[in-house]
Amino acid sequence: MSALNLNKFPRELEHEAIYIIREVAAQFERPALLFSGGKDSITLVQLARKAFYPAKVPFPMLHIDTGHNFPETIEFRDWLAKESGMQLIVRYVQDSIDQGKVKEETGKYASRNMLQTVTLLDAIEELKFDACIGGARRDEEKARAKERIFSVRDDFGQWDSKKQRPELFDMLNGKINVGENVRVFPISNWTELDVWNYIREEGMDIPSIYFSHQREIIERDGLYWPTSPYLNTSEDEVPFKATVRFRTVGDMTCTAAVLSEAVTLDKIIEEIREATISERGARIDDKRSEAAMEKRKQVGYF
Amino acid sequence: MDVLRLATAGSVDDGKSTLIGRLLYDTKSITKDKLEAVEASSQRKGLDFVDLSLLTDGLIAEREQGITIDVAHIYFATDTRKYIIADTPGHVEYTRNMITGASNAEASIVLVDARNGVSEQTRRHLFISSLLEIDHVVVAVNKMDLVNYDQATFESIKANVEGLAEKIGFKGELTFIPLAAKYGDNVVTPSENMSWYSGQPLLQYLESIPVHKRDDALPARFHVQAVIRPHSDEYHDFRGYTGKLVSGSLAVGQRVSVLPSLKESAIKAIYAGDKKVEGAHAGESLSIELEDDVDISRGNTLVPVGVPHQQLSQFSAKLTWMDEQPLTAGKTFLLQHGVNRIKAKLNSFAHVIDMNTIEEKGDVREFKLNDIGEVNIKTAKPIFADRYADNPRNGAFILIDEYSNNTVAVGFIL
Repeated sequence: MSALNLNKFPRELEHEAIYIIREVAAQFERPALLFSGGKDSITLVQLARKAFYPAKVPFPMLHIDTGHNFPETIEFRDWLAKESGMQLIVRYVQDSIDQGKVKEETGKYASRNMLQTVTLLDAIEELKFDACIGGARRDEEKARAKERIFSVRDDFGQWDSKKQRPELFDMLNGKINVGENVRVFPISNWTELDVWNYIREEGMDIPSIYFSHQREIIERDGLYWPTSPYLNTSEDEVPFKATVRFRTVGDMTCTAAVLSEAVTLDKIIEEIREATISERGARIDDKRSEAAMEKRKQVGYF
Repeated sequence: MDVLRLATAGSVDDGKSTLIGRLLYDTKSITKDKLEAVEASSQRKGLDFVDLSLLTDGLIAEREQGITIDVAHIYFATDTRKYIIADTPGHVEYTRNMITGASNAEASIVLVDARNGVSEQTRRHLFISSLLEIDHVVVAVNKMDLVNYDQATFESIKANVEGLAEKIGFKGELTFIPLAAKYGDNVVTPSENMSWYSGQPLLQYLESIPVHKRDDALPARFHVQAVIRPHSDEYHDFRGYTGKLVSGSLAVGQRVSVLPSLKESAIKAIYAGDKKVEGAHAGESLSIELEDDVDISRGNTLVPVGVPHQQLSQFSAKLTWMDEQPLTAGKTFLLQHGVNRIKAKLNSFAHVIDMNTIEEKGDVREFKLNDIGEVNIKTAKPIFADRYADNPRNGAFILIDEYSNNTVAVGFIL
């Protein structure tokens, strides 16, 4: 098979996503774009800008800052907010900890990944958001493969997989009762490769950690973990320098690096096409149990 | 690169998962860690084979019961195109999920077990493909290895399905392929065991299906989602009508009518995202500027001047009921056609289909969950829809319950 066509982005997916984003603006009073700093939410920003061009995007970005983000991600977030003219709202997991609403995990696998759900639900309530646009894709994980484009959450932010609304043709039903809100996934039908091809064809900027760089890491459970003040390590986990990049960007405590020399988008795409490990294979948060994602979604996680 | 949306229906017993797994394997679309996870799960369950349904049956309830309940979306790509498979359950109690998954499909695969021939499930799947006017239906006669790759068995199933398709009134293209998905026969590569079959293997056939051919050739229908007014210095007078061209094509300079006001103007500019384009095609999200200031709002439709359209306020439709609470005559709803919502009432029932025999039954008092039949509907204001058979993208609607806010039915205008 030649590589030519596989490296082309199917534009139909962009049209679909723009249609969905415009439906959010039309059907809801207070939508927000959930921004994580990762390539999928950066793609959402690009799509939202196109959806309302030449007007400004009529909703803000909401970032739940765990305090364990890569510094490069935060720097990029602030730059993108300025560049796109979108309002940026940040809520901090540290505040939820200080308020005694959540407890920091302990031990060597401690992360704030589960904790951010509480901060997110609080932010939705505080800011009265009725729709949150997220960058989840169905190809990422098997529970996500079952999720609708408009996914209704109850008063407690919970997802009930048995009560999903039928979604027919392109007709989206965003009618909800008071207290409910909707999670919206415009790039549901994109794969990892689609996102990268889109980023390349659009000439988009992305955080530098997606590209190959020198970094101090440790090896644990066959994965390469970036060292940081937030990672609890044992004595036999000796840090060493390596040339790596990140394929997915979450917290520094739950995102593993891959050894890579890819310094351009072309090289990244080539690497992904040849990869034998899936994208979320480097996400430590998914490995807790077979149904880890569905269980987190039930309580309000993205 | 184009996208082919494909629906598959059936249960594990038909070898559906094996077939999908085969497509993923042979197009190198499944990664090692995902495969290893499935192998480990299969082993834990005490299975002596790799159960590929574990790849797609992602919900806890599905794993508990060992069945497919909801639609799963599976993605793979070849050098020709990207494929989106809506993998739907085969059981009768999940008919609504099957219709949900198949509603965006341009092609569907109906699986038949070569040992059993046409089953109730085959009838239902073919009926739904016909209801949705899916243009290309592949009847995959699977497990040919278990009937010694016998041509006569295949031919007899083919004749049965053709008879059934005629009875149902299926108008699309029917293609029959004998398969042994477990061994890969006629999935991606031609089968050496069935040299009597001269047609294409499954993937090769899928690669050859034209995409969106029908929608492009239909009259233009542009559903308006919103009006964009930037109020900036640079775009002081800009007024863009955003929306989706659900069928047909439009070009700069073309004259259009606004429905329902019937006001006319010409297209001044078309934007696809932030870029100006000269023309647009079915399925595209656009922003359109007109030469004149016309009153247009969300839910309106733009159509080319001189091309016929119809206005409906009382009409017959085929309807699939999707709620646990039965549907009774006189009930009111919100009817959503495209992005337009209007109050509507169910006037009367004409008939319901008996899914076992595909016969129409009159004297209907209510529709129960998963019932499909013909009804009469009245709307508070006219809608500008086509007959579903003439233009599927402008001929379907959903009903929303005003109290629960749930989507409770899908309708196809007759």
